[in-house]
Order: sequence, then structure tokens, then C-alpha cells
Amino acid sequence: MKIEVQSLVKTYGSQRALDGLSLSLPPSTRCLALIGPSGGGKSTFLRHLGGLELPDSGRIEVNGKPLSTKELELRNYRRKNGFLFQGYNLFPHLTARQNIIFPLVQVHGKSNAEAQDLATTHLTRFGLASHAEKLPVQLSGGQQQRVALIRALVSSPELLFLDEPTAALDPEMTVEVLELVRELILGGQEVILCTHEMGFARAVADVVAFVAAGKISEAAPPDALFNSPQNPDVARFLSRVLEFR
Amino acid sequence: MKLRTYLLGLIVLLLLALASWQVLASLRYQWNWAGIWEQREIMLRGWGLTILISLGALLGTLIFGLILAIGQETKEPVTRTVCRGYVELIRGTPLLTQLLLGYYVIAAAFNLDNKIIAGILLLTAFEAAYMAEILRGGVASIERSQWDAARALGLDRRQTWRFVILPQALRRVLPGMAGQCASLVKDSSLLSVLGIAEFAKQTDVAVSSTSSPLEGYLPMALGYLALTLPLSWLARKLEQKWKVV
Repeated sequence: MKIEVQSLVKTYGSQRALDGLSLSLPPSTRCLALIGPSGGGKSTFLRHLGGLELPDSGRIEVNGKPLSTKELELRNYRRKNGFLFQGYNLFPHLTARQNIIFPLVQVHGKSNAEAQDLATTHLTRFGLASHAEKLPVQLSGGQQQRVALIRALVSSPELLFLDEPTAALDPEMTVEVLELVRELILGGQEVILCTHEMGFARAVADVVAFVAAGKISEAAPPDALFNSPQNPDVARFLSRVLEFR
Repeated sequence: MKLRTYLLGLIVLLLLALASWQVLASLRYQWNWAGIWEQREIMLRGWGLTILISLGALLGTLIFGLILAIGQETKEPVTRTVCRGYVELIRGTPLLTQLLLGYYVIAAAFNLDNKIIAGILLLTAFEAAYMAEILRGGVASIERSQWDAARALGLDRRQTWRFVILPQALRRVLPGMAGQCASLVKDSSLLSVLGIAEFAKQTDVAVSSTSSPLEGYLPMALGYLALTLPLSWLARKLEQKWKVV
């Protein structure tokens, strides 16, 4: 993926969530991990990259194309990609299977039979075949996040955005979901994620970007960023969060 | 435990019967069921018309209420203001005033001679404002994350409303909607002021021609209950059926 971001600004009321954020990724990047303190702007930045928010000013270019500000074009952009939320955001009135099938039929124009087949294949692959007919509340957090992951990737997205996909999960379920994400990345899926899982970011990302105070403090390959951070804020943050690891 | 419940129920029932008997005895009321029995056809015809008007207004209320609810949530400022203004205007004035003004001014201006249709329209205009608020409350209770998920999947506005928001909102507001439907049936009795020969009006006619108010008004109360209780029952059934576990 090739990402060019220039001077992105976004304010909510009096709060400046993105403060002139810029980033340039080489086209060879397969996985970008956004790390940094809570409230630093990584989720907001991810939502902009995913076409869920419009910046007040600045410019985003994905694979050579500037991101539109028109709703219709943005919708088409979102349809090509997948987005996974921290809180799963499954539709509570639909079963796991229906959550997966419904966008395939309504958005991607698949026939019901095709959609059913795709859902069955993915549910089986993700170990959820026996839970297909359950409602989200009948599933554990990890299972819900796996269903949400299937929903996001079943349409073969060009880019998969993951917004702290394991923040709401216990350690065991976290591992469950992270393993799946790693498999996807190894399988060639291009991913942009924000995460607090430093070990995971280090293991899967080609580029790790540190986002704080609405800006990128430093962006580098994981080994460089984790072993010898250039920015003192990044160094301080990493030494603190890695203290007990 | 069961025996105790039955006993308690029996005691309450006996107390109620005793109180009612006491009230009636103090009135020294002379019952004349034969007189009202002769008027049964008039009352039944009124009851039938009340059902017809209620069904018509119910359908109108659901459609118009939904339009008003969505209209209040739209981003387009003129539509939003008009819808909000309408709801406030209707909810801020008595039904009786609206019926009189609506019938003698607006309906007259449009040469609407059919009293029944005018009654259905006026009742719809009133109840829809309340229904809109109930529906809007339901829509407002849907978490932001559901809208986010729908946008991320690339659903358009119509699909989002139809498949994500309304199915969830309706489940939440079902008891309120059933209550409003029951109110509608009862409110239809006010149409008697326009000379529409519905149940309340016909009961009045029967009562004044026989001078036996209790024999008329007691069956009238039962007649309305026969319409409102099934609505509550239906709402409860649907609530159970649609309950998200």
C-alpha cells in the first residue's frame, strides 16, 4: 500500500485531535501499526484513513488516489475496504451468519447462495461453525470479534483497518484474535491497525508509527523504532510500557 | 405458595366487588338493561366505526409518524425544522382544539365533506406527532457504533435505516408504540364532537334515549377494552419474540 498524508487537521469542539499530521509510507508496506498513548489521535487517524471521518484540512492519498470528501465516493472507497472496531460493532439483532451475509448481499451484490457459502467457509475456518446461528450476545468477546473480523474481510478488502481489535478482550481471547490477524497478514492481506499490543506490532508490522498529540512523532520499521527510537517522547513511552514485559 | 397467591387474588377481587357494590348501592340506581339492549344495534354500529377509524388512523399514524421521526433526524435544515415544529405544535395543543379547527377550518377549506375520512386524517395528524417522538427516542437510543459499523460496511442511508437502525429501534419502542396505539383507539372517542357516529357518540345516543347511563357506559368501557387489550397482548408477544437475549 502507498499512503501519503499531508498536514491532516481535525478538531472536535475545542479539542484538536489531529494537529497537522503527516506520513509517507513506501509502497512496499504491507502492514502499518499505529501505536502511542491513549487520546493521542491514533484511532482518529485510522478513521480518517478508513474514510469514516473527514478532515478539517489536509490531504490523504491512498495508492496514488486522493481520498474524496464526497459521501458517495467515500462510500465506494469504504466498500472496497474492511474496518474492524474495538467494540466489535456487530448488529445485535442479527445472528453471526446474518451479520456476515447481509453486507455481502446488500452491498456487494452477491446472491444469497454465494453469500451463504462464503459465510460457511469463513465461519468454519475461524472455528465458529457451531456458533453461526447465535446472536452476538450469546457469543464471547473473542468470538464476537472473530465474527466481526470475518464480516470485515469476507468481501476480500484491499485494505483492512483494525481499530484496537483486542482492547476489549481478555489475554487468552487477545491471543486468539491476534493469531488470526497475523495469519491474514502472512496470507498477503494489507492491514493498518492501531494497537496497544507492542509485541504484536513489532512482530507483524513493516512500519510502526508513533502517534501522540495529533501528530506522528516517529515512523520507522519496528526493529529501528523499538530498539533505537530517535524521538525522546517515543523512547520515554516505550521504556514505560515495556517495563513489565 | 400457589394457594397463597390464589387466596390473595380472591381477597382483592372480593374487596373490589364490595367497593363497587357499595358505590352502586349509595346511588340507589335503578337498572334498566332491557332499554339499552334494544339500542344494541346503534351501539354495535358505533363500535364497528370506531374499529374502522382506529385501523385507518393506526396505519396513517405509523407511516406519518415514521416520516416525522426520520424528518427530525435529517441533516437538511428546512425539513428538520418543519418536522420538529409540527411535532411541537401538535403536542402543545389539545386534541379537541385540533379536531375543531381541523374540521371546521382546514377540512372545510379543502371541501372535505366525508366526516369519517376527515376524522381519520385528523386523528392521524395528532397521534403521528406522538408516535414520531417515540420512534425518535428509539432511534436516538441506538449506539453511535451501529451507525459507524453500517458506514464502514458501505451501506447507504436507506439501507442503514432499513436494515440496521429501524429493526433495533422498533424492538426497543414496541411497548411505547402499543401504548400509543391504545391511546389512539381511546382518543377516537373525541371525534364524537364532530358528530361522527363512532362508539362514544352512539353510546351517548343510546343512553339519552333510554335514560340509563350506567347500562350504556359500562358496556362502552368494555367495548374499548376489547380493542386495547389485544394491542397490549400483541405488543407483549412481539416483544418476547424479538427479544435480543
